[in-house]
This record gives sequence, structure tokens and C-alpha cells, in this order.
Amino acid sequence: MQSVAELVQLAKSEIDSADTLAALDAVRVSYLGKKGLLTDRLKDLSRLPADQRPAAGQEINQAKKSLLSDLEARRLVLDDLALQAKLQSDRIDVTLPGRGASVGGRHPVMWTMSRIEKIFVQAGFGVRTGPEIEDDFHNFTALNIPENHPARAMHDTFYFPGGKLLRTHTSPVQIRSMVQEGVPIRIIAPGRVYRCDSDQTHTPMFHQVEGLVIDRGTSLANLKAVLHQFVESFFERPAELRFRASYFPFTEPSAEVDVLWEEDKWLEILGCGMVHPNVLQNAGIDPEEFTGYAFGMGVERLAMLRYGVSDLRTFFDNDLRYLRQFH
Amino acid sequence: MRIPESWLREWVDPTLDTRALADRLTLAGHEVDAIESHGDGLDDVVVAEVLAASKHPDADNLTVCRVATVGDAVQVVCGAPNVRVGMKGAFVPVGATLPDGSRIKRRKIRGVESNGMLCSERELGIGDDTDGIIELAADALPGTRLTRLLQLPDHVLELNLTPNRGDCFSIRGIAREVAALTGARLNPQSSSAVQPVNGASRQATRSVIIDDTDACPRFAGRTVHGFDPRARTPYWMTERLRRCGIRSIHPVVDVTNYVMLETGQPLHAYDADRLRGAIRPRFARKGEAVTLLDEREITLSTDTLVISDDSGPIGLAGIMGGLTTAVTADTVNVFFEAAFWPQAVVAGRARAYGLHTDASLRFERGVDPAGQAQAVERATQLLLDVAGGEPGPLVDQCHADSLPLNPWIELRRERLASLLGTRLADEQVTAILNGLGLAFDETQAGWRVKAPSFRFDLQIEADLIEEVARVYGYERIPETTESAALPLRPVTEQRVDLERISQTLVARDYCEVVTYSFVDVESNRRFTGSDTELELSNPISSEMSVMRGSLLPGMLKVAATNLARQQARIRLFEIGTSFHGSLVEPVEVQRLAGLALGPVVPEQWGNIPRDAEFFDIKSDIEALLAMSGAGTRVTFEPSEHPALQPGQTARIVRNGQVVGLAGKLHPAAGRWFDIDAEVMLFELDLQPAFAAEIPCAVAPSRYPSVRRDIAVVVDNDVAAEQLINVVLSAAPDIIRQVVIFDVYRGPGIEAGRKSVALGLILQETSRTLTDDDADTATLAAVRGLQRELAAILRE
Repeated sequence: MQSVAELVQLAKSEIDSADTLAALDAVRVSYLGKKGLLTDRLKDLSRLPADQRPAAGQEINQAKKSLLSDLEARRLVLDDLALQAKLQSDRIDVTLPGRGASVGGRHPVMWTMSRIEKIFVQAGFGVRTGPEIEDDFHNFTALNIPENHPARAMHDTFYFPGGKLLRTHTSPVQIRSMVQEGVPIRIIAPGRVYRCDSDQTHTPMFHQVEGLVIDRGTSLANLKAVLHQFVESFFERPAELRFRASYFPFTEPSAEVDVLWEEDKWLEILGCGMVHPNVLQNAGIDPEEFTGYAFGMGVERLAMLRYGVSDLRTFFDNDLRYLRQFH
Repeated sequence: MRIPESWLREWVDPTLDTRALADRLTLAGHEVDAIESHGDGLDDVVVAEVLAASKHPDADNLTVCRVATVGDAVQVVCGAPNVRVGMKGAFVPVGATLPDGSRIKRRKIRGVESNGMLCSERELGIGDDTDGIIELAADALPGTRLTRLLQLPDHVLELNLTPNRGDCFSIRGIAREVAALTGARLNPQSSSAVQPVNGASRQATRSVIIDDTDACPRFAGRTVHGFDPRARTPYWMTERLRRCGIRSIHPVVDVTNYVMLETGQPLHAYDADRLRGAIRPRFARKGEAVTLLDEREITLSTDTLVISDDSGPIGLAGIMGGLTTAVTADTVNVFFEAAFWPQAVVAGRARAYGLHTDASLRFERGVDPAGQAQAVERATQLLLDVAGGEPGPLVDQCHADSLPLNPWIELRRERLASLLGTRLADEQVTAILNGLGLAFDETQAGWRVKAPSFRFDLQIEADLIEEVARVYGYERIPETTESAALPLRPVTEQRVDLERISQTLVARDYCEVVTYSFVDVESNRRFTGSDTELELSNPISSEMSVMRGSLLPGMLKVAATNLARQQARIRLFEIGTSFHGSLVEPVEVQRLAGLALGPVVPEQWGNIPRDAEFFDIKSDIEALLAMSGAGTRVTFEPSEHPALQPGQTARIVRNGQVVGLAGKLHPAAGRWFDIDAEVMLFELDLQPAFAAEIPCAVAPSRYPSVRRDIAVVVDNDVAAEQLINVVLSAAPDIIRQVVIFDVYRGPGIEAGRKSVALGLILQETSRTLTDDDADTATLAAVRGLQRELAAILRE
């Protein structure tokens, strides 16, 4: 019969040569299982004389411990090999394109309008909207543009039979808001506007954001400050502005604002002024007590400058290849 | 308005170069759109007199001339038809260069030596006339540089004038502004009264009868008899007219245009021999017609002021003269008219007749009521200079009571400071008022100011404040951030933020588009099922003639254009207004529309391509509506729509209210838009669809859930929703959720029936569910399905 030492020797060589976890487990079973060779020896102990038992028992237990430790060591080796093999077979080409849906894009004009809103909302401006089909009173008369006023010729208006019209600017929202909410008031009014004009630099529909602030003691100096801050916030850089005297029936004084774009090149970006006393009166506000400013900007114009768009009409072309640029 | 700098500088000559002058005008509200250069590179061109002219021996259309400048006369061969002895021309000698850089050489033309060149306007780059050589004034001194004679090089400032400043539509008007803005002195251009020639033929004054003095408060005129009909307008005048953009027509017409450009007062010249009786401004009578100078015959409305004589209307007051009394090449007696037509009388009339003239432009914006007589004197003087003639007496009817009167306006120091946000010294204010020619007195609070007759835009204090600010310079007003109450406002959860809706759609692969609010009648009808009243009176085109009652036609047009551009996979959305209701009461509804066509995902590896179908947009819609709160119950109910495919169309119902529709474009409708693809569409009304509920937290059950799967066979027309509802109601306290994980039709299932696999998720909130509980609930569900939907359980 083999000695325990020989069994251990034999087992160890079998453990070393086991190259799968299953083979390793078979080795464990054949030596340490219920009917394993070493287990049998433990069972045979009882047949030994009593004085030899402790020494023999100890030897077998020692051997068992040693085998268990070897089995565990081998298992770790085999585990690692298996893992390595799996990792090897799992290798992929990470340069293959990703799968699944892509993302779309916001329309640059709507996105620009949303940015403009965010900038003004920070400064406490509320956002108001109004109808696109307007009446003559809100679009013109209340804004100090009486019938036959030459300024009406500046607005090529779309009319409906019966006299209603498509608003030519978002300024009617001024009137509606002042009447509804009273003063002080601090709002912007974004939206679609319409002019009967279509060529390379005009589309019959475009977007404006109108601003209105009425309070006690509001001044032209305040207007200059808010617009300068707006332009710098919008373009995210310092900007040089030029306020040019101009004329709008609903503001007095009126100004157009240019921004210095390149050296020596001023670009007009918006119109503004102090709200005309007649407009305040038309909205039931005492111009002696309250003064205010208003401004209006073309959203397409700002989007063109911001994103380097050279042709206004591309905005209404809705070419997907174009739109996807604006995420 | 085109302003030649040389002409302007005769009136006012500030120490600013052209560019600085233009900037000053621009900042003060007279925007200079462009600065045009005229007559650069003409330093070598001189005045020459043609001493002799004879036919070229070998060419019929050439003339051999002897031409004198300062030195000896030289021989020049000239091809112009208008060359003749005694004329003064623009001459470029040998060795000099033309503006285009070409050098003049001595050369032989058909064997005859030519030493220099007599030039046309085109050759000198100062005009378009190529018909002949320039004919300079008879008194031009030979040898004089052309640049000196014609004030070249010159610049033309193109001004974009605002409609409130009628007074600026003239050299004089702009000169006044420049003087006020720069402090330079205004040179008064004297225009002395012309004495009538005693004993002039037909000395009688043309009588002018004004019935309605409010419509014509002032009318000045004069007859000039017997001018030379062969006279030609001098070159300096045609040149100035040309730089202002007006073509030379006839000496009399040129003179009236010249005076209008100079003074801002429009004039009209009648052939005095073609006038019949007294001149009478009056409102047109019903049915009257007049043929205008441009040979258009127009029928007049009774709110139109006309000039009439015994023959009827002979012109539209303040707009255009009539053909029957127009000056012609044979005219020898002329009657000049310079009237003051109040703005209210002429405003909008020209436009009503589709006319827009230099006169109507000025009268509508306001012409100085003090300038009529002076303009007639000036015109007379110029005509006498150009063509001779005998002036008759001046007619000057003035009804002072009907003239506009500028009010005294209070300008308060405090108001000025508070509106501008800066305080000007009193001396600064008075210097500005003075510069503008405003009359003023000092008062306790500031000043009492009155505008001169030529200003129509200074009626209230705010107008004066603008004047002060404008001249002072907007750039000198500080920037001061206002202090305002900034109350915190709620960030609402009661509506889904539009921004969030957009971003969700973008994340789900949709591109936002902006389409026009107007569409063609046909598309609109096809999508709304009826015609809208909201049709524009003056659309840009029939393609854009009615207000859209749906956003979907616009989406489909965008899809069609993109398909044409080889985009096979399209996802679009738009948020915008749709228009409903009547002309009297239009109703605007904010909507969200979406479109999907083509593969579900971009072409990619390891994925079986599949085109978008109803359930893909349905999932997008559900994702959007889910944002409006966990309690939101959304159902899709089979529905019909004129442009959508039957059996693939649903109305979307949210908490019992219809909020939109979704479906597949009807193949026939696809053809209307040239789309041969399966298109999925949806449209939601924002207001009802996205009113949100504030989430009310419910703690999830701490006990495990159990799942039971069953498969039932039902008729094809049993809706999935019915199955789910029956299952849920079988054990409402236990069955939490029903998942449909398979729908099968085909072998093994009889025709007209389908197999639906349902997963039941069961859970109790207060205890662990036992198998028995789960089995009982599942059995109840199966019974319910058998009973209510004739379902057969598949074992």
C-alpha cells in the first residue's frame, strides 16, 4: 500500500496537470471526496493500534490540508487562465460605429430666440405672447401710427378681408400687456411677425423679440445699459455698440443700435427708444408719472451673426443636413 | 435722398472730411447708406473750344476739328455726332490718361493726325451718355480744369431719411442739419425777388381761385412768357440733377426739379397756353378722371385734391401733373406752381393710386409752408438764366389762418435729465436749441420752445428731448443699469416647459423646423377637411395664401424637399400656431407637430433595418405626454382623418380629452406632396396636452412582486387596450401591471384570430403575495378574458 506521502506526491502531480476546473475537481474528488483515497485512509485509522492513531491522523490531516491548499492555488491559476481566454475572445473593434438612434437638432432661429429669452429672464423680464392675427388698433393706431402715416409704408402689411392683419411686429404685445397688467412692467415678447416682402434679404415671415420696461424714472441711460449687456451676453464677448438717432412712431427719442463687427464695420442689430407718451396714454398710463423704454430685435439677424449664416433664406429651407448642426 | 457733397458744401462747409461728415449725419438720424465717388482721375481733363470742324476726307462719321485750350490749337479727329464749331468740350490732351488708365497718344485716324480726345460722359466715368461728347457751358474758359468747372471729384451721400423729417429732403434741409450738428455756419443762398417785366406780353396774372383754404392754405405761381424753346439746360445743372438721380428732360422741368432738390419745395410747370381759365384746387368730383404725365389715366376718388381749370382736373395736388397741360418741346409760355398741401390732405393718396413721386414723398412728410414764393422766385430766376423770357407778376395766395402753426412747447430741465438719465448744462441745451433754429424763452422750469415752420415733428416735450439728445450725441449719454424690484417668480410645474419638449424630441432624433404660417388652399383643405375663412387679401403667392389650420402640410413639404435631397431618414417637429375660427373671431392654437419616415435608426452594422411605423411615433408621443405627470392617462383611440390611412389613425386622448392625433399618411395624400414613402405624423394641441400635474409621491411596495404569463387567442379586432383593461379589472388590488410581450398571427392560429401573450405583474402593498393569491388572481383574469372577449387560453 502506498504511503500517505506517496499519495500526496501522486495527488500533487495530478493537480499540476489538471488544466480545467472540471479536471481539478475530479482530482479533488478522487483524493478528498467521500470515497477519496485520502478519505479512505482516515476511515482506516480505526484499524490502527490506538497508540499509532494520533500520529497517523495528524499525518493524514496534514496531507489533506496541503492538498486543499494546492487545489485552491491551482484553481486560482485556472480561473485566471479562463478569464484571460474570455477576455481574449471578447475583444472588439472599438472603432466600429456606435449603434442606436442619433440625435436631432434645434432650429437655429428657435434656439436663438430661446437664448434671448433666457438672457432677459435672468434680469427679471417676464415672457409674454400675443395673437399673430392682429387688428389695426393694436398693430398701428395704439402704437402712434395713425392711418395714412408714412411710417405705415415701412410695414408691408398682410391684410385679411374685413381689416384684420398679420402683425408686422411684436409691438402689439406691448399694448396688450400694459393694458392687462398695468405698470411697472418688465417684459419681453418673442414671436413670429409678417411682412409682405420676399427677396434675398426678406422673408414674408420672421421672428422678433420685443422688450418693454415701464417704471418711474426709467431713462435712456438705462436702455443703453441693458442693451449693451444684452449684446455682450448674447455674443459672449465684449462688444462696442453705437446708438444712432432714428425714428419709430412709438418711441421718442428713438435709436437704432449697431454693433462693431469687424474693424470699421458697424452692423445694425436692433431698434429701440423711450416709449412715446401717446403710446402710454393709449394704454391708460400717465406719461408724467411713468416712463419707459422699448426695443425690438430681429431673431434671424442675430442668429445669422452668431452662427455665420450668410443667407437668411436657409433658415426657412429646413434642410436636415443644415439643421443637424445646431444641437 | 442723394446729396452731392459739392452742392452741400456750398451751403455749409464744416471742417470734417466726407467720411466724418457722413458719420455725423448717420449718428444724428440721417443714415448714410453709401458714399458714391464721382469723377476720380480727371485731373488731366480741361475745357477746350472747338474752333473749326470739317468732314474727315475718308470717313463720313468722323469730323476733323481744331481745338483750343490755353496754348496753340491742335488737330483732333472726333467721332461724336454733336461736335460743332463754337462748342466747349471736355478735352484730354496727348500724354494724359483717362480714368480707366488708358493713355492718350498722338495717332493717325484714317490717315489724319489726331492730338487728343474730346470725351463723352461715359469715357470720363461721370455719366451714362455715350451719344455724344460732353457739351460744357458756353462761358466755360478754355484751359480750365474740368474738375474745377464741375466740382469734381465729388461724393454723393445716399441718405436713408426717416419719414418724420420731411424738412430734410433737400440740400437746404440737410445743410441746416449739418450746421446744427457741427456748428458750421450756414451760407444763406440768396434768392432775390424777380421783378415782373412791365409791358410783358399778356401781362394779366393767371387767376387762382381757392375755395377750400384748409386744403390749400398757400399757393404761389408765376407765368414766364416767351422763353427760348431751343435753349438747353446748362451742363452744371444737368450734372447736379444727375448726381441726385434725376434725368434731364427739358429746361423748364429741369429747373423745377433743381429748385425742389435745393429747397425741398416741389414745383409744377404748366404750359401756360394750354391752361383754360382760372386755376382752381378742389376735391375731385365723383367719376372724374385725369390723364397724368406718365400717360396713365386714373379715375379719381372724391377724397383726392386736384388742380383744375375750366377743362376739369389737370393734375393731382402734391403728386403729379396732368398730360393735357404739360410742358412740351414747343412750349414758350410757362406757369410755375409752388403750393403748400397739408400732410393730412395728401397723406396716403399717392399710394392709393399706386403712385410714388418726389412731390408726394415730400408733401406727405411735410413741406415748409413759408417757402412757396421763394421757390417760384428761384425757379423764375433760373429759367431766365437758362432760356430767357419775360416774367409776369408773382401770384402768392396765403391763408394764414389755415397754415399749420407750431405750438409753444414746455421743455423742463428735470424731465430732460430724468428721461435721458443724464444732466446737461443749461448752456448746452440753449446752444442746441439755437443751432436747430428753434425759438425759445427761459422759464422757471426750463424753456418754452417753438419750432420753425419747416419742422413738423416737434409737437411735444418728448420731441424736444429727442432733438437735444440727438444733437448732443447719444454716444455721450452714460449707461446706467436701472434698479428695479426683482420679485422671485414661481417656476411652474403645472405646464410642461416647451424647452423640455423640444429637447426631448431632439434627443429622440427629431430636427426642429420652422415652416410658414400660410399655406396653399388645397393642402389646408386636405388636412382640415374644410376651407378656412382666414385667406390673405394680398398673399405673396397662391402657395402662401391661407393661414394654416394644421402644421402637417408644412411638415410634409419639408419632408418632400429633404427626400429630393437624398435624405431617406427624416424626423421633424415644429412648435407653432395653427389658425382657426372666423375673420371676425380668429382662434389661434399652439401646436406641436411631428413627422417620421424611413429607417428607425441610421444605417448601421449589426442591426436589421426597419422603417418607422405607427408604434415608433406612438412611443415618442407617450414619452412626451409622460412628462405631464404620472397620473396622466393617455389612450390612443382608432379614428379617421381625411389625409391619414384608415386603420392606422388614432386620436390621442389624455385624461378623457382629445389632445391630438397620430397616424400614417394616406398613400393618396402622399401623392399630393410627391412623397412615395410611408410617413408617420402626429399633431398635438399644446395647451391640453401639456397641462401638467404635480407628482404626488407613492412609496413603492416593500414586498416582492410575482409574475404570471398567459397567452390567449382572441379575434383580430379585439384591441390590446381591451385585453389590458379586462385583466386589470379582474383583480385591481393585486394586478399592478400588464405587459404585452407578443402578438402572433399565423400557422397554428385560426384565420381572423390572434394570439396575445400577456405578462401579469402582481404585488401586494402590505404583505408578501403567496402562490395561491397569484394563481387566484390570474385565474380571475383568464375568466374575465374568456367571458368578456371570448378569449381562449393557450396552454
